[in-house]
Amino acid sequence: MADAPPPAAAGNRAAMKKELPEKFRSYKHVWVMVELERGEVHPVSWELLGEARKLADKLGVEVAGVVLGAPNAGTREATQQAFEFGADVVYLVENPILADYRNESFTRTLTELVNTYQPEILLLGATNLGRDLAGSVATTLLTGLTADCTELNVDADKSLAATRPTFGGSLLCTIYTLNFRPQMATIRPRVMAMPARQPGRVGRVVEHAVDLKEESLVTKVLSFLPDRSSQKSNLAFADVVVAGGLGLQSAENLQLVRALAGVLGGEWGCSRPCVQKGWAPADRQIGQTGKTIRPKLYIAAGISGAIQHRVGVEGADLIVAINTDKNAPILDFAHFAVATDAIRFLPALTEAFRARLSHHSRDRLVG
Amino acid sequence: MHIVVCIKQVPDSAQIRVHPVTNTIMRQGVPTIINPYDLFSLETALRLRDKHGGEVTVLTMGPPSAEESLRKALTYGADRAVLLTDRFFAGSDTLATSFALSKAVEKIGASWGSPDIVFAGKQTIDGDTAQVGPGIARRLELNQLTYISKIVGVDLAARTMELERRAEGGTQVLRTALPALVTMLEGSADIRRGTFADALRAARAELVVWNAAAAGIADVTKCGLRGSPTVVKRVFAPTPRSEKAKAIDVQPKAKDTAEAFIAALFSAKAGLEGDLERLAAGI
Repeated sequence: MADAPPPAAAGNRAAMKKELPEKFRSYKHVWVMVELERGEVHPVSWELLGEARKLADKLGVEVAGVVLGAPNAGTREATQQAFEFGADVVYLVENPILADYRNESFTRTLTELVNTYQPEILLLGATNLGRDLAGSVATTLLTGLTADCTELNVDADKSLAATRPTFGGSLLCTIYTLNFRPQMATIRPRVMAMPARQPGRVGRVVEHAVDLKEESLVTKVLSFLPDRSSQKSNLAFADVVVAGGLGLQSAENLQLVRALAGVLGGEWGCSRPCVQKGWAPADRQIGQTGKTIRPKLYIAAGISGAIQHRVGVEGADLIVAINTDKNAPILDFAHFAVATDAIRFLPALTEAFRARLSHHSRDRLVG
Repeated sequence: MHIVVCIKQVPDSAQIRVHPVTNTIMRQGVPTIINPYDLFSLETALRLRDKHGGEVTVLTMGPPSAEESLRKALTYGADRAVLLTDRFFAGSDTLATSFALSKAVEKIGASWGSPDIVFAGKQTIDGDTAQVGPGIARRLELNQLTYISKIVGVDLAARTMELERRAEGGTQVLRTALPALVTMLEGSADIRRGTFADALRAARAELVVWNAAAAGIADVTKCGLRGSPTVVKRVFAPTPRSEKAKAIDVQPKAKDTAEAFIAALFSAKAGLEGDLERLAAGI
């Protein structure tokens, strides 16, 4: 969705009526693209399998995972894990060419699988890989794709109802792909809950061979430079997150947020405007276009809480806001609030937490 | 070399308000800007042109008022601006948008030389889909390179390009062939200020304005609402939580407020204190 048309315009539209063409009526089952890169499956794939299970149960169909990769590069492990996280079937394509993600090889393979086995719903993680792949597969198939969904459901007529924030999260809209198949959607990591793993659960493997040759691929992977571990942020999976916003007034004051996160053994983040101002790198951004977090405790300092931020933090068990503005939107979804200047309050809070928790952690390095 | 940069004029998201009754975006009086992600692509394109010679054409689809953003792009140093505007485009989803833009890129190619690289923004700040770039790539069968952190080099004679792409857990170093579609990552290249000469030129420049027919689009059923497989059925405001945040009293001493604050958290959530102690101790 580049533009959500206003509801009035949407109401006038012929495509609002569901008249599924004959050729799509055989499309059945809910698929999840299992993101396997360098032997590791991105956890969003399992979150999506949990969601796919719910949709499939409502539709009375099966859940399938799609595993693409080089032979003996984690494909068999990923297949078994997919069953344990709820897949009934795994479509498995093993080919040395699929060792690294490349748009061309993955688009061709996934498109061929869709055309051959005809799923009605295809879900992908809204990761760099998933978004790159979903956009080109949907365009190749000329079907609808809804990005960054926060809620998926099945309507009475069995259509997929995909709800996503739009206009920077000021509004939510529910989008349908009524007359094309598959109905495609991407969902960001941590938006859906991780399903319980059922060890030993098994399913059916459908192996599919694709005719891909390295000579026919234009883009070559020259090398892969792994991130240094010090660069990685574990923000999405942290139990405690402390974040700062424009209320901190300067990049330097983000250090106050880092210090508190350090004392709490948590991670730090920031709101989108901080990243846009260059105060912090993009991987520290929390919200609709940044990271979605699900911590036990989330402390937001100087963040007004625009809805695009809210959708990224609503999964937190306890949200507390430090904000001088008593009308800030964050007070609509925070559990506790302190109406005080974060710049002065954060050092006191850091000290108080340090004193309170000190019998376990003396002299912990911060920052 | 010839480079086409696709941009979008978007409302400045910080200033968007939603009508409390109709749940529609109140666009009136909201300033518009070039989608910030597009500027990283535009600057990268300008640097490539400065190094290799050639031209940068900026392209946008939108209402006539999108002219403002195109002129802004000219002040940064783009050589030519094309506005694709027609009522047939209204209500386009990403598939219909990528169709119209790809036809316009073809027409640009036929008019001023086939582009070596087409740039798009990583995503927009209003739609946030990241789908239009890949859509254009597919329709024009360009090599698709998204989330690019750096263009290492372009070899025009060999028609190749080396780039660094952000992947999960690291950076892919890729070599691809021209023509290609590239979306740049934020922070990859900050937009220049533009020269005084460019500002003068931009003010006087005549923009190229195409409707669907002029852009060579014969089949308008592939555009706008009719060309969009997705349907927006409901638009609604998020439901507010039933109760507001509980205020913790601010006391004269920050230390006292902090201690009251911690006590309130720990009494609200059983087990939180123990969790924090374990985390703080690094267990």
